[in-house]
Amino acid sequence: IPVLEQRDRIVATYREHGHALVRGVPMTTVFAEIYGKQEGCSRGRGGSMHLFDRATNFYGGNAIVGGGLPLSIGLALADHMRGDDIVTACFFGEGAVAEGEFHESLNLAALWRLPVLFVCENNLYAMGTALALSESETDIQRKATCYRIASEVVDGMDVVAVEAAARRAVRAVRETGKPCFLECRTYRLRAHSMFDAQLYRDKAEVEAWRSKEPIARFQGWLEANHMIHAEEVARIEAEVAAEIAEAVAFAEAGTWEPVEHLTRFVYAERTA
Amino acid sequence: MPQETPQSGTIEITYREAVREAIRDALSRDERVFLMGEDVGRYGGCYAVSKGLLAEFGPERIRDTPLSESGFTGAGIGAAMAGMRPIVELMTVNFSLLALDQILNTAATVRHMSGDQFGVPLVVRMATGAGRQLAAQHSHSLEGWYAHIPGIKVLAPATVEDARGMLWTALEDPDPVLIFENIMLYNLTGTLAADAGAVNIDKAAVRRPGRDISLISYGGSLGKTLEAAAALAADNIDAEVIDLRSLRPLDDATIMASVAKTRRAVVVDEGWRSGSLAAEICARIVEQVFWELDAPIGRVCSEEVPIPYPRHLEDAAIPQAAKIVAAAKAALGRR
Repeated sequence: IPVLEQRDRIVATYREHGHALVRGVPMTTVFAEIYGKQEGCSRGRGGSMHLFDRATNFYGGNAIVGGGLPLSIGLALADHMRGDDIVTACFFGEGAVAEGEFHESLNLAALWRLPVLFVCENNLYAMGTALALSESETDIQRKATCYRIASEVVDGMDVVAVEAAARRAVRAVRETGKPCFLECRTYRLRAHSMFDAQLYRDKAEVEAWRSKEPIARFQGWLEANHMIHAEEVARIEAEVAAEIAEAVAFAEAGTWEPVEHLTRFVYAERTA
Repeated sequence: MPQETPQSGTIEITYREAVREAIRDALSRDERVFLMGEDVGRYGGCYAVSKGLLAEFGPERIRDTPLSESGFTGAGIGAAMAGMRPIVELMTVNFSLLALDQILNTAATVRHMSGDQFGVPLVVRMATGAGRQLAAQHSHSLEGWYAHIPGIKVLAPATVEDARGMLWTALEDPDPVLIFENIMLYNLTGTLAADAGAVNIDKAAVRRPGRDISLISYGGSLGKTLEAAAALAADNIDAEVIDLRSLRPLDDATIMASVAKTRRAVVVDEGWRSGSLAAEICARIVEQVFWELDAPIGRVCSEEVPIPYPRHLEDAAIPQAAKIVAAAKAALGRR
């Protein structure tokens, strides 16, 4: 996301909080949205799974798995028809690959030569169903190749590798106007949701992946290469803690939308 | 091409030609408009609506799609959100179910769940209805289902004037609009002012004024309802015929004014009876003008059966003038 330009567009999943924060949606309005307060980035109407932000071209927050892919095709189609130099980055998980909309969208993007960067965050589990239990071909990037879309697999637990691969892919989309596909092989270290008892995987498997945890690994890499000082790490951690505290305070101080407004925002409100 | 009759300032035109003229006019007036769907280009449209438009506007704006209803409907939504004005054609309402996720979960909800930051100024056109012996996967009337959904508008042009005029108004609307074209109307011929243009999309129309009973109809059933009204007139029954035109929102004021005047009503709807749009209209009449009624409200809907293939069974499954006449007479206590 940081290698995208301000004019570029982002379509994300229901676990889009990280995408939104990295894109620049203020943490205060993200927290307020999760609280359901009207100061939230979607006025509180969308909630945790539907963060939207026009200012940063952030098109949600889509909670129908695979539902955001056709949307990204349309955004890119509009840019293609107008000749605008804009890239649409579309994020989804490996679970979306089983949906028809994944295949329809990849086909359309390749057929119509649309500037979409497809980013598959393959964390091996669609809620509780392992990839091997849901796909006959578990090598996902091969599916993109079948649609004649240039694709690359990257270690999704390696921040530096992901950044480099994303930079290559965004440049390729921008230069060719054609789609690219990036599969980031990663893992969900925590439960799917607070209702998830994680009966479907071994604790040992989780622990094995935990050793590859990308933030700690990136920090270790920076330290090993003398690119960061311990006091800088402490400063960043303090800044982040302060930002979170401020965002929580903002959300808690936020206000509830009056119930009399319940039926607003279903249709455009025309001003006389 | 419609034939001009300059003397009168009117033209004779088919419903199909009227829809085509509406699309051509929109493409000419606004460069953001484009048409996208299965076989809209080289084939000329499944019902020949878009014939000739590819040669005139080119393949970027008359865009043939794969058989990916969800994919290209979603693409229409995205393009609309990014500032274009797409017209998506879904070949029939039965096929539209493959795009229902995009229509309901995205098009109808984006404005709301984005807190009014994004709108979807998209028009989706599709064919609906029975009568061509196309059987149970091409002939249903599901516009009443769509009328259930907040966030979209649902139109049913029943005249050449509305076929010509509703599209532009729909394209100017900031929210998604679905337009249902009954397949039996495409060959309907009517007279249109040579300078006919946009029409309103929020009012029902009184197609035949009358005193004795209100016959409330729309789309492909309007002609049959007018036919029934003519037959009733021969029996000295003066029926008023309402064309709903917009199925969502419903124009309650026009319906209630008519029923308050005639004190009797029959609702004609090609959808299945159970949970139908006709049921919604009956409920609204009861809620709003119950004390004006002199008789129970009648309904003429489709029978509760998938549309059958043989002509005689297909005819029997959907509303016909004779059934409307019978329902009207029953409401009037006449035989």
